[in-house]
Amino acid sequence: MSAASHSLAGNHLACHTCGLVSRHPEVLTARLSCPRCGVELHHRIPRSVSRSWAFLVAAMMLYIPANLLPIMHVTSLGKTRSDTILSGAEYLLVHGMWPLALIVFVASVLVPVVKILILAYLLISVQRRSPGRAMERLRLYRFTEFVGRWSMVDVFVVTVLVALVHLGNVAEIEAGLGAVFFAGVVVLTMFAAQTFDPRLIWDNVRAHAARHTTE
Amino acid sequence: MVDHFHSKHSLVACHECDELQRLPAERERGRVRCLRCGCVLHHAGRDAIAAPLALGLAALVLFVLSNAFPLLDFGLHGRHDSTYLLAGIRELFNQDMPLLASVVLFTTIIAPLLHISLLIYLYLPLALGRRPPAFAKALRLVQTILPWSMLEIFLLGVLVAGVKLAEQATIVAGPAAWSLGLLVFVLSAAATQVHPQRLWERVA
Ligand SMILES: [Zn+2]
Repeated sequence: MSAASHSLAGNHLACHTCGLVSRHPEVLTARLSCPRCGVELHHRIPRSVSRSWAFLVAAMMLYIPANLLPIMHVTSLGKTRSDTILSGAEYLLVHGMWPLALIVFVASVLVPVVKILILAYLLISVQRRSPGRAMERLRLYRFTEFVGRWSMVDVFVVTVLVALVHLGNVAEIEAGLGAVFFAGVVVLTMFAAQTFDPRLIWDNVRAHAARHTTE
Repeated sequence: MVDHFHSKHSLVACHECDELQRLPAERERGRVRCLRCGCVLHHAGRDAIAAPLALGLAALVLFVLSNAFPLLDFGLHGRHDSTYLLAGIRELFNQDMPLLASVVLFTTIIAPLLHISLLIYLYLPLALGRRPPAFAKALRLVQTILPWSMLEIFLLGVLVAGVKLAEQATIVAGPAAWSLGLLVFVLSAAATQVHPQRLWERVA
């Protein structure tokens, strides 16, 4: 089942929260609020591109210490071993647990990089007013939104380990600074994805089409 | 300043590409998809009130169980000990990692609990035929909180941690691990049942 096409030009705003479409005056001077749910209406998320960039650049900077610093320190029989995200995945691989090693590697190493690269590409393409491959870009956006949260898995592994091994009294596990930076990367990329307005992709498609009909 | 659109229920703007389109009058079953980008605009069908409410109440019980019982049982040289969901967070606070502890506390305790409470807060009055106070705020909060509730990811973390330790010690999943698994299932079922736009049409 599909919706019927409707050609309505301008002057319409849809509410982010409840979806109600309302008509607004030509000049957007006053603050508009949704007649149904009362939330402030915006044509697009305000300063979407610059705010999204800010979160993304911060995430890129945290990504480096997140991978270089240890996420935990394990002390047993007087010896201390420190694990980074990569060495943790390597440990699983060496001990024959390759499916888990793969999960940790994909979720912790691959997903954040891919997410940062995709968001950067989307932001640049919107800033360059590129009208091409809109549908593919929207799919990429949905993918990053869906997959990004899963990078938190290593932070949770550390949380469970510090409690368990502490109780056993055979070893001591301490969370490392890398885990803090890592959680920061996940939170910041989630903010970056949430402040990006996917409708900006289509604004360029629309502008491009309008330019061609007037020419 | 803002006019209601005349046929307010049939005109929608896609939340991902902003294409304005009219919904078909006949929309009893299935989903209506955006003409341009294909995202779901509208879930047609009867408004489910009983199902989300039941799922919310079940989730509350499971959430309490998940926190009251041990998550993993740790056995070594005949000694046994077990850990709880909150113990890890408390340990992170003790290790001077307040930021990390807060992120874990928020994503595994506060956000899921808020999600569950809001489900009950919204759907219990609706089931009794009343509109809950601050309906707009509550519904908006559900939409905001949803991505931050990460119990399914936490469960994967428990699994990885258990496997990592299984070489040195005997690790047995505790009752909380099972109830957490059920809770993840119940919460994702609830998420597919809640359609904010349809709720708005109901209470407006
Ligand atoms: Zn659309």
